[in-house]
Amino acid sequence: MSHVHDHDADHRSVYDGLLGGDDSRWAFGTDFEDPLAGVDTTIADDVDAAALAQYCLMLGDDALIYSHRLSQWASNAPDLEEDIALSNIALDLLGQARLLLARAAAADASLVPVLPAGSPVPAEDALAFFRDESAFRNVRFVELDIGDFAVTIARLLIFSTYRLALMQGLAASRDPVLSAIAVKGTKELTYHRDYAARWFLTLARGTDESRRRLLVALALVWPLYDELFRTHSIEQTAAHQGVGVDPASVHDEVDVLLGRVFSVSGVERPDVPATGAVNQGMGRDGRHTEAMGRLLAEMQVVARAHPSGRW
Amino acid sequence: MTDGVRDEWPLYEIFVRGKRGLNHVHVGSLHAADDEMALLHARDVYTRRNEGVSIWAVRADLIVASSPDEKDPLFAPAGDKVYRHPTFYVIPDDVPHM
Repeated sequence: MSHVHDHDADHRSVYDGLLGGDDSRWAFGTDFEDPLAGVDTTIADDVDAAALAQYCLMLGDDALIYSHRLSQWASNAPDLEEDIALSNIALDLLGQARLLLARAAAADASLVPVLPAGSPVPAEDALAFFRDESAFRNVRFVELDIGDFAVTIARLLIFSTYRLALMQGLAASRDPVLSAIAVKGTKELTYHRDYAARWFLTLARGTDESRRRLLVALALVWPLYDELFRTHSIEQTAAHQGVGVDPASVHDEVDVLLGRVFSVSGVERPDVPATGAVNQGMGRDGRHTEAMGRLLAEMQVVARAHPSGRW
Repeated sequence: MTDGVRDEWPLYEIFVRGKRGLNHVHVGSLHAADDEMALLHARDVYTRRNEGVSIWAVRADLIVASSPDEKDPLFAPAGDKVYRHPTFYVIPDDVPHM
C-alpha cells in the first residue's frame, strides 16, 4: 500500500510532516475544521434550485471580486502588519467565495462554463475563471479600483457591515449549506468590520492629511452605496423561499451602524448622487463598470491560458 | 516628523498561548500605534495558522532585560549545583506537566 501513489494521502500528510508525528507541538496550528462537515448538502424539493444557484453566485461573486481587490495590497500595504491583515481578510472572503460558488454549481450545473474534456478544473474554479464579465453578479461597489489606504478602509467598513448583516440573517436560511457558510462568515466579518471601524476612526481623527484623504475616499465609494440594498428579482425569490435575505431588509440596520461610526469619527454622509443603471441594469444583472473588465483580465488570464491545468 | 507624529510605531513583544499550551510563549515582535492595535496585529501576524487561544502584547521598552555582560555573575554560579534539581525524587506517573 505504501508504494501506491495516493494524492489524498499526500495532501493529508502535509501537516504530519511539519509536526513530525507529535501532535502536541502547536506552533504550526492544529485541529483545522471543515466548515461543511456534517452538513446535509441535498436541496429541498420545494426550493427553486436555479434561483438558489443564482443567489449563491451573487453572494459568491461579491466575495470573490472584493477578495481580489484586497489581495492587490499584498506586498504594497503601508506596513508589514497591515499587509498581512488585509491579506487575511482577502483570504477569508476567498474561502466564502469558494464555498458559495461550489454551492451554485451543485444547485445548477448549467451555470458552469464548459471546459475541454478531461480538464481537472473544479466547478467553482470554472465559475471564477471562465465566466465573462456579463455573467458576474456582484454589486459594482466591490469592483472599484483599489485606490489608496483610505479608500480601502472606507469601502471595507461599508462592505463588511453590509455583508455581516446579510450573513446574520442568512444563518437562518432553509438551505443548510448557505446557513453553514453564513455561520462561518459571521465570525470572519465581525473581525473585518471591527478592523475597518478602528482604522476609519483613526484616519478621521488622525492628521489633517489622513482626514482629508478619508473624506475624499468616502465620497468616492458612496455613489454605489444605494445599489447594495437594491433587491434583484432573484434575491426576492430566494428571500420568499426562506433560503436568502432581501438586501433591502438590512438597509436600516447597516445605516444605523455606519451612522454610529461616522458620528464618533465626526464624519457626515457624503452628499453625492448615486451611480445609475446601465441599460436598465446594475451589477446583479451583469452590468459592470469599466474597472471590472481590467480586474477580470488580470484575475483570469493564467487560468484561461491553461484550461486543462492542474494547480 | 513634526506635530508630535512619530515616523515609526512602537515595538511590541508578542506572547501566544496555544490550544494545548499551558503558558504563553514568546513568538515574535511587531509594530503598532497603541495597545489595542498591537493585539489586532498580533492576531493577524501570529495566529493566522490556528496557533493560539490567547495573546499577550507587551511594549518592548517596558521589558526589563538582563544584559549579556552580566551573564557570568548571574548564571555561571548555578552551573555546578546539581543538587538543586529535583532529580533525586521518583515522580509518580500520574503527575502531569513535569
